[in-house]
Amino acid sequence: MLTQHFPALLVVVPLMAAPLIVFARRSLASWLIALLATAITFGIAASLLAQTLSEGTLVYAMGSWEAPLGIEYRIDAAGAFVAVIVAAMGLIVMPYSRVGIAAEVRSEEHYLYYALMMLCLAGLLGILVTGDAFNVFVFLEVSSLATYVLIAMGRDRRALVAAYQYLLMGTIGATLYVVGVGLLYLETGTLNLADMATRLVDVGDSRGVLAALAFITVGISLKIALFPLHLWLPNAYAYAPSPVSAFLAATATKVSIYVLMRYFFTIFGATEVFDARATGAILLGLSLAAMFIPAVVAIFQHDMKRLLAYSSVSQIGYITLGISLDSVEGLMASAMHLFNHALTKGGLFLVLGGVVLRCGGAGFDRLAGLGHTMPVAAFAMVVGGLSLIGVPGTAGFISKWYLVSAAMHEGQWWLVGAVLASSLLAVIYVWRFVEVAYFRAPPADHPAPGEAPLSMQLPALAMIAACVYFGIDATWSSEVSMRVAEVLMYNPGVGQ
Amino acid sequence: MTLASHFSYWVTVLLLMVGLFIVMARENLIKKLIGLGIFQTAVYLLYIAPGKLIGGVAPIVGGQFAVYSNPLPHVLILTAIVVGVATLALGLALVVRIKEAYGSIDEDEILLMDARDDTSPEPEAKDG
Amino acid sequence: MRLDIILRVLAKLLIPFALVFGLYVQFHGDYGPGGGFQAGVIVAAAVIFYALIYGLPAARRVVPTEMVQSLMAIGVLLYSGVGIASILLGGNYLDYFVLGADPVSGQHRGIFWVEMGVLITVASVMLKIFYVFAGRRRDAEEAEE
Repeated sequence: MLTQHFPALLVVVPLMAAPLIVFARRSLASWLIALLATAITFGIAASLLAQTLSEGTLVYAMGSWEAPLGIEYRIDAAGAFVAVIVAAMGLIVMPYSRVGIAAEVRSEEHYLYYALMMLCLAGLLGILVTGDAFNVFVFLEVSSLATYVLIAMGRDRRALVAAYQYLLMGTIGATLYVVGVGLLYLETGTLNLADMATRLVDVGDSRGVLAALAFITVGISLKIALFPLHLWLPNAYAYAPSPVSAFLAATATKVSIYVLMRYFFTIFGATEVFDARATGAILLGLSLAAMFIPAVVAIFQHDMKRLLAYSSVSQIGYITLGISLDSVEGLMASAMHLFNHALTKGGLFLVLGGVVLRCGGAGFDRLAGLGHTMPVAAFAMVVGGLSLIGVPGTAGFISKWYLVSAAMHEGQWWLVGAVLASSLLAVIYVWRFVEVAYFRAPPADHPAPGEAPLSMQLPALAMIAACVYFGIDATWSSEVSMRVAEVLMYNPGVGQ
Repeated sequence: MTLASHFSYWVTVLLLMVGLFIVMARENLIKKLIGLGIFQTAVYLLYIAPGKLIGGVAPIVGGQFAVYSNPLPHVLILTAIVVGVATLALGLALVVRIKEAYGSIDEDEILLMDARDDTSPEPEAKDG
Repeated sequence: MRLDIILRVLAKLLIPFALVFGLYVQFHGDYGPGGGFQAGVIVAAAVIFYALIYGLPAARRVVPTEMVQSLMAIGVLLYSGVGIASILLGGNYLDYFVLGADPVSGQHRGIFWVEMGVLITVASVMLKIFYVFAGRRRDAEEAEE
């Protein structure tokens, strides 16, 4: 029975694909291996989600050493849900990469790109599936180190500086996380997450636990790019090769948000620390700041990639807003927005990748008149933009709707106004693109570029179509998000 | 709760602060990486120090020993050290590339050049 | 030939011992402090020492760059291959118990190959880092010519 090994294979398949690609060397061969590996990984992730939805938590003892002695892999509906998002995004980016990186990465480095993508995928999935606090750190670093290199592969020399800055801030974040885990280890004597949750109840509200909460929150927030710790994100997304921007925007921050949810609700949720210390209120303030300030900054950008990056920081604010409400409804809205925003932003970056390939840049001077030269791409960008705003009929609307109703459920009526006002800012920055694309003449010096190659356009359009689909029929996404929220909220330390 | 009984924690906190300060305050990209290294080293101490029992030996079972130190922190930190080495190597590699692309490893100068790039229409290529 | 004859002779004397010590640390890892990480670094240090004394081109003749890169991949594959082997033999991933006739020999066999994978990867990664940094300017000049 291979199914029982799926929690391990979810990580092992991409992890083994990476060295195989290094052997293959040739661009085409390495692409084929990567494509096959992502397809298998997606199949495993989808099957894990189906299993966790029907059977509950899956536990897998690494090397047959039972926890807490050995490291166990433990995946429930919440982890599997995010794993499906990550694996699906990997599967969409791979066919896109073949043409997508040809213009931006030197051909003898193509195999390295695919190998790094595999490592990044393995790291991100590892964070989701592992049940060990220190293991989370290791996988976090595996994915981050791969990410730094992928960003540095960008064509512009500013990609190097962006990667360097991300390396500094990412390492500080990961190190702060390890300090937090170390303090928890000293308090509880275990690194197994489920075990830790049970033992923390007995430890109670000690200063060590409080310090651990603070360190972990700040450390992971750096990785999430929660305002005001977002400084690495705009440059990293703007100068990375296009497929990398799309992949990271849809996955990296989302996985970190999952880690934060896991700690807040499953680990600390069982204790009094979370409620007693107003963590929710602090997060609420930061989320509100994130919803407004980066959105205003986005309005003043002159480069579409940077605009989308700042918009990402602002959208992350919505997700953490749901977390800060500390209710099942809020968490459900967060999980839903996590999914919908991954779709929207991933799709937008993919479309933009095609545009950059044809226009030679994402600056507004290059994009002028895009509605006439690349009508399909421009239209797809507008649809994605509508989803960012949260117009009814798009995925963005559904999650904002649930967010607003969660806020009302908590009696926080004023938050409805805040969400609406922040959406208005999104209208302005999306309008900036519309204005450039449809109401400006194309620059005279560069010829009509034509649409992007089909292998780039199809994945991009599929994502944008999914945005609309999940905006009209949200049955699946809302049901799964509800399960995710319930698992995170009511299942602290499942093993008790 | 005396200063001496928490000696290792005080050193940990001190190293954390020193490292973080260097990362924030220095303009030289290599000095920043050195700061990052100190910052990470502090964590190694945080884990290793509580794992040591006075009089304890390495946890290899033998008849003449009764007290063993906790081996788990060492294993964890071995992993963390490897991660740290990888990060440092990658950081230094990036600095080498930055030096080749910009001709400088001073953050202020580099940001100044970037600001000029932002205003000029054609940014310089990386290999240029 | 410059006046570094003492260094050259000493290096020739020391490098074999360093390599053997690396292997000792590797294989004694079952019973005492040691293992793949430490042994890998010692082995890599021996080669790096050779490169420092005799020059990078000489070291690259002994341990070619392509080989280092392949070894990096082989080590990881060896490690994960042990895991796959234990799945095929009916255990969990990286379950050493199923690898041998009895649990003790299974554990021995499992950790032996896993540590071998670690040794190969660590040694080749250290070398790769050294080659890349040391050969940076040299390779760029060769590419221009």
